[in-house]
Order: sequence, then structure tokens, then C-alpha cells
Amino acid sequence: MSVPSPVRSLDELRCLAKRLRCHVVRMITAAKSGHPGGSLSAAELITALYFGGVLRHDPAAPRDPNRDRFIMSKGHAVPILYAALAEAGYFPVEQLLTLRKLGSPLQGHPSKADMPIMEASTGSLGQGLSVGIGLALAAKLDGADYRTYVMVGDGEAEEGQVWEAAMSAAARKLDNLVCILDYNKCQLDGPICEILNWEPVPDKWAAFGWHVIEVDGHDLAAVLAAFADAKTVTGKPVCLVAHTVKGEGVSFMAGNNEWHGKAPTPEECAAAVCELA
Amino acid sequence: MQLGKATREAYGEALAALGAEMPELVVLDADLSKSTMSKKFADKFPDRFFNMGIAEANMVGVAAGLAAGGKIPFASSFASFLICKGFDQLRMAVAYQGENAKFCGTHAGISIGEDGVSQQGIEDVALACTLNGFVVLVPADEHEMRAAVRAAAHHHGPVYLRAGRPKAPVVYPGGKDVFTIGKADTVRDGKDVTIIACGLMTGAALEAAEALAAQGISARVLNMASVKPLDDDAVRNAARQTGALVVAEEHIAHGGLGSLVAMTVAAAVPVPVEFVNMGNRYAESGTPEELLAKYGLTAADIAAAAKRAMARK
Repeated sequence: MSVPSPVRSLDELRCLAKRLRCHVVRMITAAKSGHPGGSLSAAELITALYFGGVLRHDPAAPRDPNRDRFIMSKGHAVPILYAALAEAGYFPVEQLLTLRKLGSPLQGHPSKADMPIMEASTGSLGQGLSVGIGLALAAKLDGADYRTYVMVGDGEAEEGQVWEAAMSAAARKLDNLVCILDYNKCQLDGPICEILNWEPVPDKWAAFGWHVIEVDGHDLAAVLAAFADAKTVTGKPVCLVAHTVKGEGVSFMAGNNEWHGKAPTPEECAAAVCELA
Repeated sequence: MQLGKATREAYGEALAALGAEMPELVVLDADLSKSTMSKKFADKFPDRFFNMGIAEANMVGVAAGLAAGGKIPFASSFASFLICKGFDQLRMAVAYQGENAKFCGTHAGISIGEDGVSQQGIEDVALACTLNGFVVLVPADEHEMRAAVRAAAHHHGPVYLRAGRPKAPVVYPGGKDVFTIGKADTVRDGKDVTIIACGLMTGAALEAAEALAAQGISARVLNMASVKPLDDDAVRNAARQTGALVVAEEHIAHGGLGSLVAMTVAAAVPVPVEFVNMGNRYAESGTPEELLAKYGLTAADIAAAAKRAMARK
């Protein structure tokens, strides 16, 4: 039976977030390719979801129909999700180092075909929120109380489908749906404000009919409070606009879009892990 | 031939009939429910109908999510919009993991008529066939469409159905109760040549066979509504037994039924094959009859192709 994960102290959660970041750096180093920046920016958000009592989930019953759903729509950030799933007990931690290797279920981007605990296959940006709407509608039709969370990147939100979905979720008053916007202000080629500036970000979601909660995405206490807030909203979907820093936690990656999609060298990995220890 | 209802009308009727017996069936449309006829379901089951607005990409993703949540969604729009605008979503959110979602592209082909090229879905079968794991069905008349919708609903996995705008010639005057995915129907037997057709072209193929018979040519007509999976056995048998084939479809030349039949024939029983389709070109505005004539999709075109194929034996 899916239940909220046991409540842990903030200190424990902070330690876990660091451990997930270590996994991410090691995995991508071992894979020799991948996207560290957008994984690291989401570490506290993912920690809160899986270990802070936000998501109702149970590694012993991964297909429980009443589990909350989480979709990593910014699929390139899947290493942080794999790290959390392994730490939660969905699969052995050792398996993390098979990321992107031939035959591994840990595909470069989430594959429900290879790993059924992924709630959607993503990686072609812009798609996850629509799938989340489908799940939220199914829950409403069934009178089920599970909730659906979708993590969307701010660069990803340049895709038109995100705004089709934004209109759609608000029109259907899906208060069992939360969009978590990892607002790290960077995309592959540079700062978002220089490529396709879509500020004001929170105002746009509000104008599309969403209840917007802004939060410092690296402040675990604030993130937990924001998720708790989101559960009290009725009649509207919630967009949690999480202000984050791309590459957060590793000094030479933080805020540097060069680390959007580059694997660390073994030396860089050692330096990063040392900082995170 | 006697004209029946349009296959899109049969699509809407079939959904409305299935809705009562399948509570998990839900229907989505992209602001064309009066045209795709999904409104027939909406009127009966408003709580299970979702008009997603003019946002096809989102609609396909939502259908995938509903399927993941245990529903059996049928999502419809014009074939051109559904397949072309929703293609990435059909690939990633549906085909990749084989979600149990169904899609119906209506107003397919050039027989939509006056609306012109933007609305004429002429690549949809080719594109749908590239989606791994998809079943692709192009029913010939209203009776076959009703049976195909039922078969699609009971099939576990993604399905693309193609429907037309105009009234379709009745190929199954006695009705058709069961549609078997992967099976062709011999709707007329013959020994000199086989015409393999789907959709609106099956009716034209029967007319062509009648005209050929008057000239002493015995033409078999295979209704290949199950384009994917293709009935390879029926194709091979037709090639062996009649020695010449014609493939007729209301589609561009590449990637549709003709391409699939050619692969099967080339691999197993190389015999002459002639192709009746609109070539690789865009059509224009006009009445359906004018367009079908101008772009080479009439019974006379099929009969002429049959003679060419026979001459190459």
C-alpha cells in the first residue's frame, strides 16, 4: 500500500540531497555523457518528493493504483530521479552506474518501456505535463485521490505543448495536478533570458489559470512547506515555481550552462564528490 | 454501388454504442467533434468526453495519460492534424511503451474535397505505419468501421483508425459483425489479377472488377482494411494464384498500403504490381468526385492498372 514516506528531519533530508547529487555526478562520469546541471538543480525538489513525505509511494508496491504519480518531463534530468529511486529501494544503488549502458533499464532519458516505474517516457521536451493531465483526469473519473506531479524545465517551457497543457489543466480545474517548474534560468546554449526570454515566469502561469507558489528550490524547509500548501489548493492546478541554480551543489558547475550536457572527467568527479561529502 | 453512411459517422455511432458496455472507454476530440462525429458519444456520455480544444499535441499526450490511468481513450481529429501535429506525442507518449490508446483520423484523403490541401490527410497511413506497435486500420464502409472500432477497443495496444468524410459505397451489404485485425477479406474472388484496396478504394475496386468481368477478366478483390499488421498470407496467396497485383489507396505513393504490399511481394512471390494512388503530390480544392478523377483514383484507373499488371506477367 502506498503511503507517504516516513518523515525525516531536515538534516537527514539535506544529507540525502547531497548523496543524490553525488550519485548524479558519479553516474554521469561513469556514463561519459549526460546532463548534470539540470539534475543538480532539482536535488532538493526530488528529495522532498520522495523522502519528505510529499509523494505517496511504496517501493514494495510500485504499481499500486493509488500511488501518487511523478513524471520527469525534463527527461534529461532523469539521473537525479534514478538516484532517488535507488535510495528509496526501487532498485539497487549499484545499478546506478549502469546509466546509459547497453542493456540497462537506466536509459539516457526516461523510458517506461525499459523501466515501468517511470510514469511516462520523456526526453522529447514538452510532453510530460499532457500525460500528467491524462493521469489526473483518470483519477477524477475514478474518484481516486492520488495526485500527479510533473517536473518541467524552464527551458522546456519554450515548447508550445507546455502551454497547450497549461490551458487544458486550468480549464479542467485539475487540483490534483502539480507542475514543478525547475526555474534554473539556463538552457543548453546559454541563459534563457538571452535565448527565448519568457519572463515574467510566475505571472504567465497565473495568467493561464494556475495557482502559483514561488519557492527557493534549494531550501528544503521552504520546499516542503510549498508542497504542503499545494495540497490545500482546490479548483486549480498548482505551479510550484522553484527558483534554482543549475549545477547547484558543485562550485564549478553552479550557474554555468556549460554543464547542461557535459560529463565530468574523473578528476572533476573527484573534486565534485569531495565538495559534496 | 449503393452509398452508405460516411465511415466517420459509423465511427461516432460505434463509440456511442460501445460506451454503454465499456465504462472505461473515454473519448477526446480537438474541437471537431461535430465533424469527426465523436459528438455522438459526447451526447450520450458527457462525463467521459473531453473536448481538448484546438491543441492536438496535448490531446495525444492526455490520451496517453488516460491510458496509463487505466482508461481506453479514443482521440479523434482530422487525419492531417492528428497525425502531423501529434506525431512526436504518438511516438514518445504512446508507441514507445505501447499505451492502450486509440486514435481516429477523419476526413482522410482527398475525398474531403473543397477544403483543399491543408485539410487533406494524405500521409497519415504512412506515418502511422512507422509507429512501432501501432495497428493501422482503414475500413471500407460504415459496417466495417463499426466492427473495426469494436476490434480496436478490445485490442490491447495502440490503434490508428482512418475515416473518410463522404458517404462510402457499401462493400458489406449484409453487414459485418466481426473485424479481425491482421486479416484481409476476399470481397470478390478471381483468378487473373488481384486488386488489393482499403478505405474508399475498396468500393472502387469492386466496380473495377465488375467492369473487367465484362471484358472477360476475372479479378479478385482483397479488402485490406488491416494495413498493419498486413495479411501477408493473403497477399502471397493472391500473388501465387493470380500472378499480378494492383494496390489501390487514397494516399500518397510512398509508405502506405502499396509500399507494404510491395515489401511482402518482393520478399516472397515477386510478381508484377501496379500502384493506384495519388502519386507524390499535393492535390487542390474541388469536389470529391472531381479530385478522385483528376488524381487517378477511380474504378477506371484501377481497371487500367489491372490490365497493365496482367500484361507484365
